[in-house]
Amino acid sequence: MVVTNCRKIFGALALSLFSAWATAAVLPEERADTMYHSYSGGGVTIDGPSVLVRKNIGNSVSLSANYYVDMISGASIDVQATASPYSEQRDEFSLGADYLVDKTTMSVSYTNSSEDDYQAETVGFGIKQDFFGDLSTLSMRVSFGSDDVMRNGDDNFLEQAEHRRYALGWSQILTTKLIAEVSVETVADDGFLNNPYRSVRYLDPTSGTGFSYQAELYPTTRNSDAVALRAKYRLPYRAAIKSEYRRYADSWGIDADNLEFRYTHPLETENLILEGKLRFYQQTGADFYSDLFPYVNATSFRARDKELSDFSSTAIGIGASYQLPERWSLFDRRSSINLYWDYMMFDYDNFRDARATQALPGEEPTYSFNAHVVRLFWSMWF
Amino acid sequence: MIKRALRLLPLLSLFSFLAGCETMMPEPWVKPYERHYLADPIMSFERDPVAAGYMNHVYEAREAARGAEGGSGGGCGCN
Amino acid sequence: MRNFIAALCASAALLVGAPVSANAPAADFTLASLKNGNLKLSEQRGEVIMLNFWASWCGPCREEMPLLNDLHTRYESVGFKVWGVNVDANREDAQAMLNKIPVDFPILFDSESSVSKLFGVEAMPSTVFIDRDGNVRYVHKGYRSGDEAEYKKIIKELIRE
Repeated sequence: MVVTNCRKIFGALALSLFSAWATAAVLPEERADTMYHSYSGGGVTIDGPSVLVRKNIGNSVSLSANYYVDMISGASIDVQATASPYSEQRDEFSLGADYLVDKTTMSVSYTNSSEDDYQAETVGFGIKQDFFGDLSTLSMRVSFGSDDVMRNGDDNFLEQAEHRRYALGWSQILTTKLIAEVSVETVADDGFLNNPYRSVRYLDPTSGTGFSYQAELYPTTRNSDAVALRAKYRLPYRAAIKSEYRRYADSWGIDADNLEFRYTHPLETENLILEGKLRFYQQTGADFYSDLFPYVNATSFRARDKELSDFSSTAIGIGASYQLPERWSLFDRRSSINLYWDYMMFDYDNFRDARATQALPGEEPTYSFNAHVVRLFWSMWF
Repeated sequence: MIKRALRLLPLLSLFSFLAGCETMMPEPWVKPYERHYLADPIMSFERDPVAAGYMNHVYEAREAARGAEGGSGGGCGCN
Repeated sequence: MRNFIAALCASAALLVGAPVSANAPAADFTLASLKNGNLKLSEQRGEVIMLNFWASWCGPCREEMPLLNDLHTRYESVGFKVWGVNVDANREDAQAMLNKIPVDFPILFDSESSVSKLFGVEAMPSTVFIDRDGNVRYVHKGYRSGDEAEYKKIIKELIRE
């Protein structure tokens, strides 16, 4: 019964999708981007390339492919406290296809991410519809991910996790100079969600330092909701400001907010576009987070992952995009060189620096660190 | 799983309803020939997908919050 | 509800499709042009006019400019003209684009959007085909590569009348 009803509704939907429309949406730009990215801070450097190519086939199909690498080296504070420095690599391949029928774009994507000790596959489906004289765009995206979690040096360790994401977006042209967008997304995780290497610490009078470590233990489900509101406004002169606010809450008791402002200013005679950014983020930690548990197995779930603690971060960013003069462009194509630098300052409220052995357990200074994020890329439009 | 999928049905029918209702809606107040400012590349939420995607990855790796990154829409709405 | 949706969709489908054929007298207008002084549509009776609404900021418009120029030069001798109606708010933006993509057909400036409103332009670019008697016969919304074949078919049909 349910099935027949579904079919009928899908039939009606298909009819509306394939009927001809007065005007049409556009496929994404055909371009190739080659990027070097680097994140460096807190004792860790993660860098590597990312190559994204997007090409049309005919007037209604756009294909994209992305190859992305994270090369991780160094030792974060967690590793310094409990293990030895390491280096590893994550490779990610993505393929996507968009199919445009008048005002509707349907898309499918596949992503494969692989590390020594982690394999993840994700498939996604999306649909986007322009309506109301193309002033409004409604988009919807669903994705399913399946992960295999392993542990280096432990051949018997194999766990699974699944992720489902449901996203809905509405973008609206409000005036000739103002566009706004509302996005909501629900994520549901199921399975082995902790990092198999991470530990929590607990008070242990028998230990020389006054504390010992035991493995983290997270719940096997996590459901989160996020809603974001963003707007872009064209100033009276040729420049634009963007503002964005996002609110987040999940079933682990984490609440987060972030606010971002961005200013974009082209210098036409220099073929430059300059950008400045300011971003604030804050969160309250997970219910089962503690920097120092009172004794072993103190709670049914336990975490000391600083990403699950109470913390705030502030980031400033600047960037420039330079459109190359025609004499330098390859194959007569428009191309640009872009450099963006972000400086992020993380300040933890209840994650303490356990390396400070002079202090009593639980009285160490709270941890903070700064990170540099660099994006250097070359773009070419076909 | 099926329940999840069924929860999406109202959304899908909203799509078809909005699509069908197009001709009954009030006049769009920004005309296609008035998109001079909106068509400017500086007005897109994210000009460079490769760079925007990377920043979202950095945030998601360092922060507990995730989702609703969005970033579509804008432009001249040219065919 | 299903029938209602289906009915809505069907009604929408009837109203659209490119190009839409029509047969109504074209609204008259006079606009300043780049090189030909003031141009008045009603003075073009006897000619087939392809009215193309374009803007410097519209990618597909830029793409079809050279193709429109080819059509104009090819069929000019048999009573056909392309009129490019520019909708840019600043005339200099149009001029800058025309310096890069020069065209032979007349360019008219509709900076106040009065003619765009008159013709109910619903997409960029939009192309209106007007026959020798001054009637709007076809409206083509947007441009995608390959649409020029459609243009040619319509032009041939209208110049034969």
